[in-house]
Amino acid sequence: MKWDDLFAILPLVVISTWAVVLVLVDIVIPRDRKGITAALAALGLIFALYFTLPQYNRHLVAFNGMVIVDGFSAFLNTLFLASGLLAIALAYGFLKRNNIDRSEYYTLMLFSISGMMLMGIAADLIIIFLALELLSIPLYVLAGFARPRLDSEEAALKYFILGAFSGGFVVYGVALVYGATGSTAIVEIIQAVVAGKAAMVLLTIGAALIMVGFGFKVAAVPFHMWTPDVYQGSPSPVTSFMAVGAKAAGFAALLRIFVSAFPYLSVSLVPILWLISALTMILGNIVAIAQNNIKRMLAYSSIAHAGYILMAVVTFGKGSAAIDAVSAALFYLLAYALTNFGAWSVVIALEKSEGRGLLLQDYAGLGKKYPAWAAAMTVFMLSFTGVPPTLGFLGKFYLFRSVLEGGFIGLAIIAVLTSLVSAYYYLRVVVIMYMQDGEPVVEGDIWLKVAAGATAVLVVVLSLFATPLLQWAAQATLQSGL
Amino acid sequence: MSIDIILFLGLAVVAILSAAGMLFSRNAIYSALFLIINFSAIAVYYLILGAPFIALTQITVYAGAIMVLFIFVIMLLGAEQTGRTPASWWMRPLGMGLGALLILESLYLIFTHLHSFPQPIEIIDGFGNPGQVGEILFDKYVLPFEIISLLLLVAMIGAIVLTKKKMKR
Repeated sequence: MKWDDLFAILPLVVISTWAVVLVLVDIVIPRDRKGITAALAALGLIFALYFTLPQYNRHLVAFNGMVIVDGFSAFLNTLFLASGLLAIALAYGFLKRNNIDRSEYYTLMLFSISGMMLMGIAADLIIIFLALELLSIPLYVLAGFARPRLDSEEAALKYFILGAFSGGFVVYGVALVYGATGSTAIVEIIQAVVAGKAAMVLLTIGAALIMVGFGFKVAAVPFHMWTPDVYQGSPSPVTSFMAVGAKAAGFAALLRIFVSAFPYLSVSLVPILWLISALTMILGNIVAIAQNNIKRMLAYSSIAHAGYILMAVVTFGKGSAAIDAVSAALFYLLAYALTNFGAWSVVIALEKSEGRGLLLQDYAGLGKKYPAWAAAMTVFMLSFTGVPPTLGFLGKFYLFRSVLEGGFIGLAIIAVLTSLVSAYYYLRVVVIMYMQDGEPVVEGDIWLKVAAGATAVLVVVLSLFATPLLQWAAQATLQSGL
Repeated sequence: MSIDIILFLGLAVVAILSAAGMLFSRNAIYSALFLIINFSAIAVYYLILGAPFIALTQITVYAGAIMVLFIFVIMLLGAEQTGRTPASWWMRPLGMGLGALLILESLYLIFTHLHSFPQPIEIIDGFGNPGQVGEILFDKYVLPFEIISLLLLVAMIGAIVLTKKKMKR
């Protein structure tokens, strides 16, 4: 190990050390002053962000090729760290209101973020598996954070069992890939395939198993069964963090592995991925219509969005189109992250203890009584639907364009049609807020308001400056030499 | 017949019988004990294959630590006796049929494709001994090693968070 290696992964080192130290520091913080822990965790995230930003133009390989620091990873790590900041803002008041303000929330979240960042820089299947576990285990615990509330415990157990099960798929896949190529490093896998030394059947099965494992993580149909229950049962700030972080990390791994290591398998795997992506979009959007609980509705919406992003993975064998698709997927992940945190902040503002205040009817009259919250929620719903001028529209636009460029016209048509379907349930929330009468009660602390306001403004304003943003994502992808 | 073949066959009998015993015994404690025998037999295989480190890890980690945990859980839950599961009538024949099919097909494939399997590679001297494992672990695989230590810490914190009695306010 050289110091250069440690320096290359400095943001990750900062966050994981910060988390370990925070566990200790937390002991001396008085029980009724846990806001200090939250502030310290946020400070750590900002600190790591400061070290991440200069990494955009780097291309560093460290720890004997185990990790690779490039634009792709820098983009994702920025996304993860910013998600952490938003998740803290969303959680602080909520945890206090629900009497679950234990400071482990913040430390576990930092650990989970270090797992996600590791996923961003992973260039070896062993690291990818370890990153998957490091990001998941804190999330299992966080899902059960509202114990002894039954639905939270149920969410934790369901997420844990299915997560462990899917982790098994990934390990099995990694073992088969190792057996087929003699290495777990992505670079050496490519070399073995190019040299014709790889056992292609084993490699295909291994890649398919890895795909199944990550299909669980990103909640793609038919591996989505856990999503509604876990998203509904987990405390809302945890759900918002899970929906963004775990999904983005899953896609980070899928994009990195498939686009760079497995392009030779596209003939046999693309039809399967195509089908999974189409099914995910169709089922997620159609079942969301039937939901009456906003958390469940957002869960199915997150399944649907996984389907859209999965379209970028489908193009993985198409050379330059795949690179465009990767940058479109990065852009989409950014749009999805901002919109998602915004929508969840409104949900948290209206949520009452014992899981009340989560029905769509509870949003009736919000437009009259709290025009600012209703306006923010309208922005997020429009962005989810993909209506201009929001970031969600541009995300979909770039993504669909890159899918067409890859030659998957059928898939793009399905995506557009399902987006139309999704307008029904997203805009229904808007209609209920403005057209129906009710007496909603909003309990938003200052941080929640800041988070909701900032994401709403960013979703609109960033869409006006989308071209430099997309170029940034494209630059990030090109630098990475995927 | 060389001594290796005799050893191999003897161990195979032990491994297969103990695996079958684990599956068929009605008492979960006996199942766990059979599994220990099975793990130990596998550990001796690793010795024959010239991997002493893996053999001892197999015994200490699997046959030792993990099985102690298993037996603790069985005793704490009081689940020694598995009652007759109320399975549907078609489950048992279906399971047997599928299992038999799997065995027959894999046997067929193994014996028809015997020639196409890769030949075992000559083992480099000292391969897999603890010294080499340690060197690789702290050199090439130092990052995964450190991540695993982080992972264990997280699991520990998580277990405490989930089991700690609710604090009084």
